[in-house]
Amino acid sequence: MSEIGERVKKIVVEHLGVEPEKVVDSASFIDDLGADSLDTVELVMAFEEEFGCEIPDDAAETILTVGDATKFLEKNAKS
Amino acid sequence: MFDLTGKTALVTGATGGIGGAIAQALHAQGATVAISGTRREVLDGFAAKLGERVHVLPCNLSSKDDVEALVPAAEAAMGQVDILIANAGITRDNLFVQLRDEDWDDVIAVNLTATFRLARAATKLMMRKRFGRIIAITSIVGVTGNPGQANYTASKAGIIGLIKTLGAEYAKRGVTANCIAPGFIKTPMTDALNEKQRDTILAKVPAARLGTPEDIAAAAVYLASNEASYVTGQTIHVNGGMAMI
Ligand SMILES: NC(=O)c1ccc[n+]([C@@H]2O[C@H](COP(=O)([O-])OP(=O)(O)OC[C@H]3O[C@@H](n4cnc5c(N)ncnc54)[C@H](OP(=O)(O)O)[C@@H]3O)[C@@H](O)[C@H]2O)c1
Repeated sequence: MSEIGERVKKIVVEHLGVEPEKVVDSASFIDDLGADSLDTVELVMAFEEEFGCEIPDDAAETILTVGDATKFLEKNAKS
Repeated sequence: MFDLTGKTALVTGATGGIGGAIAQALHAQGATVAISGTRREVLDGFAAKLGERVHVLPCNLSSKDDVEALVPAAEAAMGQVDILIANAGITRDNLFVQLRDEDWDDVIAVNLTATFRLARAATKLMMRKRFGRIIAITSIVGVTGNPGQANYTASKAGIIGLIKTLGAEYAKRGVTANCIAPGFIKTPMTDALNEKQRDTILAKVPAARLGTPEDIAAAAVYLASNEASYVTGQTIHVNGGMAMI
C-alpha cells in the first residue's frame, strides 16, 4: 500500500473504530465499515485536514470506498 | 459545578444587555471569551472590564462575509470554540399587513441566517473535538406569537427548529444544541417600550417583575457546562412564569 494509502487507512480506523484488516481498498465506508452519512462527512473533513487539500462536495460524493479516497488523495494531497 | 475553566466561548451581541451578562457569567466561571458586536468601542470597554481571557471580535451579522469570518477568527484567537452563544438579535416591528419586505429580510438575516451560518461553522469545529455547546437565544414570542412581530417571531421560531435538528444530528458527537427563550427582560431592547406597554406585559408575569440579563446568563452557564451534557434540542424558558410551556 502507498504511503497515502496507509495514512488514509489510519484515519478510517480511528474515525470509524473498525478493525484495520477490514479497511481494504474495496471496502465501502457505509456498506462495509458501518459509517452513517455524518461519519462520511467527518471522514472527508479529516482527510482535508491530514492532506492539506480541499475536497469539494461533488468530489466528496464520489468517494465511497477506501480506494476512492486513496486515489483522490494521491492526485490532490498537498501535505 | 458548572466550572468552565479551559473552555472557550464566542458570544454575539455581547454589547447588548443579555449578551453582556452571558459573556460576563461564562468568564466568571473560568471560560475564555470572544465578545462580538458591531460597536468596537463598547467591546473594548467591556474587554478592559473583564481583564484577561478576553478577545474582541467586531462583526456585522447582516454581512455574509463578516459572519463567515467570525468563527474562524474566534478559533484563531482562542484555539477552539467550545461554546457558541448566538445571542445577537434585532426587531423591526410592524403590523403584519404593513410589514415591509426589507424589515422581514433584515430580521431574518441577523436573527436566523447568521445563527445558521455561525452554528454551522462552530459545529464543524466542535464535532472534531467531540465537545460543543451551541446555545441560541430565541424568545418566548417565537413560541406564543405576538402582534406586530411576525418577522421577529418567525426568526425566533426558526431558531428553535434549527436547534432541534442540530441537536439530533450531533448528539453522538458530544455537541449539544439548545435554546434559551427569555420572557420580558430589562435591557436596551425593552427600554424602548412605553410605560403602558410595560404595565400590560407585567400584568401577565406571575413573578411580577421584569427578568434581568443575569437570569438569562444563569441558564446559559448551565447549558454550557459539562453537567448539561444530557440536555439537547431543548428550549429553556426563563420568563417568570409568563408562559408555561
Ligand atoms: N430583552 C428581552 O426582553 C428579550 C426577550 C426575548 C428575547 N430577547 C433576545 O435576546 C437577545 C439579546 O437581546 P437584548 O435584549 O440583550 O438586546 P440589545 O441590548 O438590544 O442587544 C442586541 C445585541 O445584538 C447585536 N446586534 C444587533 N444587530 C447586529 C448586527 N447586524 N451585527 C452584529 N450584532 C448585532 C447588538 O450589537 P451592537 O449594538 O454592537 O450592534 C447588541 O449587542 C436578542 O436575540 C433578543 O431577541 C430579548
